[in-house]
Amino acid sequence: MALLEARGVNVVYEPTRGTRIWSVRDVDLTLEQGEFVGLVGESGCGKSTLGFALTRMLRPPARLTGGTIRFDGTDIAGLDGEQLRRARRNGFALVLQAGMNALNPVRTIEHHFGDILKAHARPGDDVSSGGIRRRGTELLEAVRLDPAVLGRFPHELSGGMRQRVAIALALSLQPQLIVFDEPTTALDVIVQQAVMDTIKDLQRQRGFTAILISHDLGVVLESTDRVLVMYAGRIVEDQPSRVMAHGLHHPYTEALLGCYDDPRAEQVHLGGIPGTPPDLSLPNTGCSYEPRCPLAEEICRQQDPPLFPLAPGRAACHVRARAAHVEEEAGRAR
Amino acid sequence: MSIIATSVPPPEAPGASARVPGGPAGAVPGPLRFVGRALRTLWSNGKARTGLIVLGVIILVAIFAPLLAPDSPTATNFTPYLGPSGTNWLGTTGNGQDVFSQLIYGARISLIVGLCAGALATLVAVTFGLISGYRPGLVDEVLSFATNLALVVPGLPLMIVLTAYIQGHSVWTIVLVVAFTSWATGARVIRSQVKTLRAREFVTSAVFSGERMFRVAFREILPNMTSLVAASFFAAATAAVLAEASLEFLGLGNPATVSWGTILYAAQQQNALLTGQWLMVLAPGLAIVLLMVSFTLINFGVDALSNPRLREK
Amino acid sequence: MGYILRKVVLFIITLWAAITLVFILPRLMPGSPVDAALGKLASAGVPITNAERAAIEAQLGAPHTNLLAQYGDYWKSIATLRFGTSYSFPTQTVALTIGKALPWTLFIVGTTTILAFIIGTLLGVYAGWRRGKLADSSVTIGATFFGAFPPFWLGLLLLYWLSFKYGWFPIKGGYDPGITPDWSLSFMGNALYHSVLPGLTLAITTLSGWVFGMRNNMINTLGEDYVTFAEANGLRSRTVALLYAARNALLPNVTAFGLALGAVIGGTVLVEGVYSYPGVGNLLYLAVTNHDFPLMQALFLVITLSMLVAIFVVDLLYVRLDPRVRSST
Repeated sequence: MALLEARGVNVVYEPTRGTRIWSVRDVDLTLEQGEFVGLVGESGCGKSTLGFALTRMLRPPARLTGGTIRFDGTDIAGLDGEQLRRARRNGFALVLQAGMNALNPVRTIEHHFGDILKAHARPGDDVSSGGIRRRGTELLEAVRLDPAVLGRFPHELSGGMRQRVAIALALSLQPQLIVFDEPTTALDVIVQQAVMDTIKDLQRQRGFTAILISHDLGVVLESTDRVLVMYAGRIVEDQPSRVMAHGLHHPYTEALLGCYDDPRAEQVHLGGIPGTPPDLSLPNTGCSYEPRCPLAEEICRQQDPPLFPLAPGRAACHVRARAAHVEEEAGRAR
Repeated sequence: MSIIATSVPPPEAPGASARVPGGPAGAVPGPLRFVGRALRTLWSNGKARTGLIVLGVIILVAIFAPLLAPDSPTATNFTPYLGPSGTNWLGTTGNGQDVFSQLIYGARISLIVGLCAGALATLVAVTFGLISGYRPGLVDEVLSFATNLALVVPGLPLMIVLTAYIQGHSVWTIVLVVAFTSWATGARVIRSQVKTLRAREFVTSAVFSGERMFRVAFREILPNMTSLVAASFFAAATAAVLAEASLEFLGLGNPATVSWGTILYAAQQQNALLTGQWLMVLAPGLAIVLLMVSFTLINFGVDALSNPRLREK
Repeated sequence: MGYILRKVVLFIITLWAAITLVFILPRLMPGSPVDAALGKLASAGVPITNAERAAIEAQLGAPHTNLLAQYGDYWKSIATLRFGTSYSFPTQTVALTIGKALPWTLFIVGTTTILAFIIGTLLGVYAGWRRGKLADSSVTIGATFFGAFPPFWLGLLLLYWLSFKYGWFPIKGGYDPGITPDWSLSFMGNALYHSVLPGLTLAITTLSGWVFGMRNNMINTLGEDYVTFAEANGLRSRTVALLYAARNALLPNVTAFGLALGAVIGGTVLVEGVYSYPGVGNLLYLAVTNHDFPLMQALFLVITLSMLVAIFVVDLLYVRLDPRVRSST
């Protein structure tokens, strides 16, 4: 059974004054145990919102409207209050951009661990201060931090250290799924690398399912097994990471890839994507990428493409799907 | 006494820019349109709406006092020390004056003092805050220290001492004394906001492009602080109404003028409570409370304008 | 300990500045407070020694002496606690008059401030946590309404209903007339009984400041990432509300303590006046009504300095509350 099965996830922002914005539209998502998935897209595409929705962390004025989120068999979309809180142990965890502020300024790191362990303590768990210190040490070492950090306050740690502490805290829940929301965005490049290595190693060793949300396609392709590309609140492509660097893809994905180039090459070409993302307060007809798409055809204006098969994964593009279909037919005919 | 929400400066620059949108000059002049928009936004906030209505009623009462009051507030026509009756709804004073008429006319002084002292205090606060926040360095250090000193000296005792030394007990004495003692809170809040705005790009670019300090201050910084200044004003006005009433209650006002505070002073002098004239105490006090509450309620709306997190959902 | 050092230096400088300000005040005013004071004392038949006259002039402004000399005399008179003679209490020194009244005020201000702070803060936390719901609206509206009560007005009303009409509480004074103050338990009980109404009046009127401050801080703090993260980690609501949100929201409130104290002191003057409670507030009321300048001047000095000390103590306490200032240089 898949660990996470989300069907028809829709998230709407409803401020009391102002227009409603549909930030996540009809997302279906299946994650198997142990997968490391990247969720990529530009700012405002809804990837963080989706991550929050999947971990039931949406706050007003954002609201989950419709859809089911089956986690390990249970529909967590309907859980609330104490049930939801308990579901987080051995369940799903969210790691925020911890750069500045994800840790309580007036409590030591040891207290942070203590708070979590005590909140989820089961009979038989050791939540004495000795026990907490032991678990804290163990977790800090897993994220390659000196256990002396336990006695410190958050403001005494660097950004990279705080990020690792946040990861260690999430790990203390022994979750089966961890969603990392832009874990390295607030860090400089060198620290970024170190933190991403830590995340990769942890994922491999402990085998939890991970979703890495980032706008940095490069980081995602390096670390993950599978990539989901989001645009205007929808998943427009779903491929194993290893095939992303070549072959045909959704035009948006190709445009994203075109924004990167080898800095050591003779001539560096950097592409951009002309136009702007669509207004998410309006319902859309047709493909949301169509206005900016170099391949756009009439059908793109009229029909919103679902995720068609585009071996080895899927892509929501009429043109690519038709081309792939034609090729497949031709292949079969030979 | 209430400490208004602005005791905590907003974390960032106000979300809602107060700039008047450019465009074709309409029939309504810019500042008026801005006020209209501000009023409409305030109106949409439930608490602010209530405040505006109450304040509106009080203003109308003050303006139409001669029409609404059955008698002149100072005419000593009636038998003194009477309780409430058909002719004197709130009874009479020790000098035979009609308390109800005094209540109606009293609205004028209380309103004027509250608004004037509040405006004056805010003016001083904005000046100090702008100068202090704009120029880091010695000027800022000196002005900040003065502001902190003014904050540390207890307000009412200072007002009492000042009024006692001045020995001229007109309404304007009270306005000046109150304004002089209550500018510091606003100055501190405004200074920190000016510092934040000063560091932002649009101000830096204006300075680089050669605009002089005053122009930058008035054209770039001040328009982005209107809700903060408005909040300061309403907070100052609230405090001013209370301060004025307190000073008059202590006998430091002008006994010849009729305001809600002097009615209470007279009531205390005549031991109104012991003679059973508790309405004479209840009514003016309640009026003071309503005026202060209206300012505070309006301030809820103003606060929500500048800090989106505080907006009503 | 850079923070503490800075606070100490600031305290000393502010202390000096405040004392100087009090020196300047009577000298700025039109007319001569010295003549007025001496005149009153003469007409009341109170004999003035030369030392007393010198003290009055040092406090209120000797004519024809240069300002610097006056300043020196001023400091000397403070150091020796010679504040002149009070018209209202001519038989004892001003210092003694104030000294007898100060404990009463300290008691009532101290207890009501602590009470109002605790209750106001808790209400503010509650209102901020349940923001937008009925609990929040009722707390906010209630605090707005009660916070606008002029302290003297509330005092008069409580006095009328609870003392005069129903006789539940005494009408005036700090203790029953006729008994002599001492440290016995029965006197303490009597004093406590007399302090209920003034204390209640003061507490109710100053409560709202804490409520609003805390509520706003809570709302701002609840938007912080560490609160979101705490919820994501499945901490119990109460833990998040108290240890993560409220604990941090408290900090700006403590910094704002100084402002709040000013309001409390103003309220004390009015409340003590209404209840004839024998504290320094009542003395100030008497001094003003009697145009008793020497007493008034000394009272103002004492009140200002007390407030400075209280703020300083709270500033020091802040170090215990916010670990971020402990390690700052």
